Amino acid sequence: MSVLIDKKTKIIVQGFTGKMGTFHAEEMIKYGSNIVGGVTPGKGGTKHLNLPVFNTVKDAVKHTGATASILFVPPAFAADSAMESADAGIKICVAIVDGIPSHDMIRIKRYMRRYTKSSKMTLVGPNCAGIISPGKSMLGIMPGHIYKEGRVGIISRSGTLGYEAAQQLKNLDIGISTSVGIGGDPINGSSFRDIIEKFETDEETDAVLMIGEIGGPQEVAAGEFAKVNMKKPVIAYIAGLTAPKGRVMGHAGAIVSAYGESAIEKVEILKECGITISKNPSVMGDTVSSVLKKINK
Amino acid sequence: MDIHEYQAKKILSNFGVTIPRGGIVYSPENAENKAREIGGSKWVVKAQIHSGARGKAGGIIVCETPLEVAQATDKLLGKKLVTNQTGPQGKIVNRIYIEEATEIEKELYLGLVFDRSSESIMVVASTEGGMSVEEISKEKPETIIRSKIEVAVGMQNFQARELAFGLGIEPDLIRRASDTIIGCYKAFSELDATMVEVNPLVISKQKQILALDCKMSFDNNAMFRRSQVSELRDKTQEDSKEIFASDRGLNYVSLDGDIGNIINGAGLAMASMDMIKLAGGSPANFLDVGGGATPEKIVKAFKLITMDEKVKVILVNIFAGINRCDWVAEGIVEALKKIEIKVPLIIRLAGTNVEKGNKILKDSKINYIEANTLEDAANKAVAALKK
Repeated sequence: MSVLIDKKTKIIVQGFTGKMGTFHAEEMIKYGSNIVGGVTPGKGGTKHLNLPVFNTVKDAVKHTGATASILFVPPAFAADSAMESADAGIKICVAIVDGIPSHDMIRIKRYMRRYTKSSKMTLVGPNCAGIISPGKSMLGIMPGHIYKEGRVGIISRSGTLGYEAAQQLKNLDIGISTSVGIGGDPINGSSFRDIIEKFETDEETDAVLMIGEIGGPQEVAAGEFAKVNMKKPVIAYIAGLTAPKGRVMGHAGAIVSAYGESAIEKVEILKECGITISKNPSVMGDTVSSVLKKINK
Repeated sequence: MDIHEYQAKKILSNFGVTIPRGGIVYSPENAENKAREIGGSKWVVKAQIHSGARGKAGGIIVCETPLEVAQATDKLLGKKLVTNQTGPQGKIVNRIYIEEATEIEKELYLGLVFDRSSESIMVVASTEGGMSVEEISKEKPETIIRSKIEVAVGMQNFQARELAFGLGIEPDLIRRASDTIIGCYKAFSELDATMVEVNPLVISKQKQILALDCKMSFDNNAMFRRSQVSELRDKTQEDSKEIFASDRGLNYVSLDGDIGNIINGAGLAMASMDMIKLAGGSPANFLDVGGGATPEKIVKAFKLITMDEKVKVILVNIFAGINRCDWVAEGIVEALKKIEIKVPLIIRLAGTNVEKGNKILKDSKINYIEANTLEDAANKAVAALKK
């Protein structure tokens, strides 16, 4: 299977009957994702989009065998919903929602320490576009048709910049194995390093494009991991060369507050880790293409 | 969200941190009375603006009589204070905090922040109070001590004690110092703060441990459950265009250049700014209208950008996904019926239904320059500037 999801992955939608949940559930079904139902507390036993609605994630898992979930609940309740899915045995949960307090994210991550590695849920997001394995399944809100099926893995903090990369690759006839949006918040469920590690062991991925930005230690942590542990080539672009220090640039996590967090510093450190840098956002596709040629793929 | 020094002090004192006696005033007459009310023989008059380094900018004045307090207040009120953190435009002083002067024996540094690597709260302390934490880490890194706090159980007494002993505090004062540190931690964790900085934390000649200056910032995402904190917002300390933007759900940061941007998504917005820079231009702003780029948001974005007199060219870069380029294009055409644009306009659409979107723009007879790629858009924006 591909990284995280495939054609058979059974998906439930948390916040299923809301406007956002309904709209994106329909889009995912159209793409071919295996949506098996949803959760809206108080509406259990009813049907929505011809699929069963459950009161709790545990009920949904019990009756559908779902292993994946996508969250469309408001920020104030999102932490609770994420922990609920972790406890119900969901393996992969994508939190699309923007605006979860950082203190809540820390709580979720502490809560998940109660599970052993093999029974722990992978949380992706929040404030992200989700996951797509082109031609197989979409657990997210991206425009599916810009992703061509192929063998490059993408990890991006930004949604639209991830789309930009997918489009550039498609124009060069390069396809994608899986694209993962990890989100723009200061504390997120999965880091670049967490996902890059999965791509290294994925038989369907030849190279990884990492799209980072200013703020936080994650790009550098992934670079250092790649330097020691990765055989597959990694290409990176870091957005925010012109971003002023100490200002939040849209994403709550896009703020330079320490050494090594500016775009220039991250680029320098990643180069030292042996990562190929896409020198501007217009040549992400070209840079991936030239790296693939070097490894004869 | 940032708050003023006097507000942060009030919060910390509620969590058991000792602060010097003081009060807030809005006029010189008020100041004189306040000084008498506070008592003592020496006062510090402190301009309240959302910035550090106020002392160097002349925003903090030590006074010997209540009359001097009134004069100092008169001098500072209504003034724009320019510090190394405010930018050249400075920040307006509308509130003055009068405080009894403290006889300082030792100045310490105490800061609490989120540590993004360990995903926990980090307490940072140093014996070199009064300097900024950046200066301390550059000049006296050996004096910095850190403690990572497990948020599930909160800060423990021993952790606070270790820090207090690490700061060389004498045994009689350790208990008081620990309570101060734990008070700061509680304020941080119970109020959804993102930063608490007490600098300096002082030991007075009278052996009191006092927060002499302090800064607090809060998580905007948590304000829905912190009404007592969100009430402390002082909009006079924020850029008027940034307030306009945040009230309308736009992410906006004012910058120094002359190319205005309207972009969907924070990452793409930063990337577009980078392209402008590489093409030899300079962005006037960062503006993210949100991934969806709804027509309403685009209208608001055009209003905001045209408020900025620095803007000589406008660059619109939208990657439409589920929202589709044709829909975005209609939004742009609608916006331009309502708002007159006097500067060159470059539009780059990409993604779903891009051909349809471009056709709608062309047929609408709006005056604009079409661009196809990120690079093309940035080059055309810079070229339009030079004409």
